[in-house]
Amino acid sequence: MSNSSFTLTRRRLLAGAAGAALTAPMINRAWAADPVTINMLAWYGHAEPDMVSEFEAENNVKFVPKYYAGGDNMLALIAQSPPGTYDIILSDAEFVQQLNAAGYIEQMDPSLFPFDDFWPEYQKFPGHWADDELWSVMVRFGLLGVSYNTDTLTREEAMSYNAFWNDKVTGKLGHFDWHLPNLGQISLLMGNNDPSPFDIDDAAWDAVQEKTLSLKPQVGGYFDYGGTFASLKNGEMLAMAGIGDWITGVLQKDGAPVASVIPEEGGIQWTESYSIGKGTDKQEIVNKFIQYMLSPRGQVRSIQMAAYPGLSPTKSGWKAIQEANPAEAERSGLIEGHDQSPIKLLNEKRIFFRDIPQQQSLEDWNDFWSEYKTA
Amino acid sequence: MPKRLPVYPYVWRLPLLIWQGLFFVGPLILMVAMSFWLVRNYRMEPAFVFDNWERMLGRDYFWNAYFITVWRASVAAVLASLIAFPASFTLAFRVSESARRWAIFFLIVPFFTSYLVRIYAWQVLLAESGPINAVLGMVGLGPFTMLNSGFGATVGYLTLVLPLVVILQTFSLASVDRNLIEAAWNLGANRRATLFRVIIPAAKVGLILGLVFAFILSFGDFVSPFYLGGSKPPTLSILIIDTTKSGQQWPRAAVVAVMMIVTLFVVAFAAVGAAYGRRK
Repeated sequence: MSNSSFTLTRRRLLAGAAGAALTAPMINRAWAADPVTINMLAWYGHAEPDMVSEFEAENNVKFVPKYYAGGDNMLALIAQSPPGTYDIILSDAEFVQQLNAAGYIEQMDPSLFPFDDFWPEYQKFPGHWADDELWSVMVRFGLLGVSYNTDTLTREEAMSYNAFWNDKVTGKLGHFDWHLPNLGQISLLMGNNDPSPFDIDDAAWDAVQEKTLSLKPQVGGYFDYGGTFASLKNGEMLAMAGIGDWITGVLQKDGAPVASVIPEEGGIQWTESYSIGKGTDKQEIVNKFIQYMLSPRGQVRSIQMAAYPGLSPTKSGWKAIQEANPAEAERSGLIEGHDQSPIKLLNEKRIFFRDIPQQQSLEDWNDFWSEYKTA
Repeated sequence: MPKRLPVYPYVWRLPLLIWQGLFFVGPLILMVAMSFWLVRNYRMEPAFVFDNWERMLGRDYFWNAYFITVWRASVAAVLASLIAFPASFTLAFRVSESARRWAIFFLIVPFFTSYLVRIYAWQVLLAESGPINAVLGMVGLGPFTMLNSGFGATVGYLTLVLPLVVILQTFSLASVDRNLIEAAWNLGANRRATLFRVIIPAAKVGLILGLVFAFILSFGDFVSPFYLGGSKPPTLSILIIDTTKSGQQWPRAAVVAVMMIVTLFVVAFAAVGAAYGRRK
């Protein structure tokens, strides 16, 4: 005789089977159907489970990502694909105008998104609106400044881009291998902050090039995403130009002695925005996903994205992270009045949106970057 | 009665010809043609303009990358040949047949693992905080900067080519007619004279092949100069990546690639001439 409080008799088994058979048709048909596929073109990480699994489960959808590395790569992938290939496109903000000009994205309905919840500074983000028509919605951003090994440089030393010329990092300064953030930072050091480090005349451009070339003896290498992580983590590089908390934030979680600050000369903001791909027939669910990402719980996920952290453009996002993870809110400055608060820095005119060169061609900047690397 | 065509040998050659035509000559022609195309709005458009050639060959950074690539590949090829030779000589002349077979097997084993994985392993080993510097530190040396340098890149090149060079040299030396060596001894040649006047000339095809393969593989390698050399300075393969990333300039990247292929053809033909050329 069994001592168990539950004994499986033949009668119970039959009753259970009959019950299961009778209730099966009551299960929501949506869950029985194949999930709707949403094709996303994005930087790495945006369609990973930590970002989309909750939305996928709630809406019976499945994200299929195509990851790119850089705005040029993104534009090329769209150009080489038929319309409707991508339902949702995450792009760097400075490329939204090019997406729009090339006819790769659909116009969006502003009433669907909580712009009232955005910090006023981000409600009408440059390039996202054209004559009150909305083409893209900012979802997250981050700041690029001086990233450094905290065992080598003090925070005070890192509070100027001159830290890159510090003797302590000779031969140990890494560059994230992309001309825009690096040259933008040198441009800021040269005082080009009115209107923007990317809007400079030829004389200022010459000075930026000369100053950049003087940095050459400090340089230890030029790195991609993975190399930047590895070289900062293993101490091969003691300072890194062209990056910010999106790299060091991940490393800090691993216990690496690294940090990023926005120096006195100012920092550069990268901005990521969602657009709806031209020709998609899934506008409704894509809009719903963007609404989800802008909601407090979506923003908490975005702020803590495993691939690289970001900052929230919404007030409710700040409040949500302060409640969900106060340490992260403190670390990333998502607290009003915090000395590294992005809104405070923006109001102090110490943050400039990353942009393409306004008075030179992108090719000129790129050519100089190649020359600098081989100099 | 008309003579029958010898079909049999042609049938056996056909797969190779088709393979080479489809996967070498065809893409090569396409690449050369592409170097004259244009990019508009991130799309390539067939054209016949010399802009890409003028732009790439007119830039100092291209020539800097070109000469550093030739230099580093040459250093790697010579170093690999010099380091390999004593080992190959030993395997060819000083060990048993069985030991040689095992040695060849162990030289092939590194190719069972991804080259990229081996390079990542070197990143750990060569780091300033890595085990090599730790050991050197115990005897009061270092730390030395080995990663993100020409030294690091060269270590990577040798990782790629050294086993292959040893294998080629070993096969070549092992096939040297022993009677020639005995004859040299009988005629009173000392070890040095036997080595330089008999063994090396007799094995020169394999030795030159090893040198050339080392050069070719190092010349086109992207992984070592990028992950161990820190792109400092960029080589031609890194320049190709940079060029395609920036504005999707595949036609300009094709110019770099064509220049690399032309260089390798010149080197390969010169090597074949040196290996098989008649002795005066």
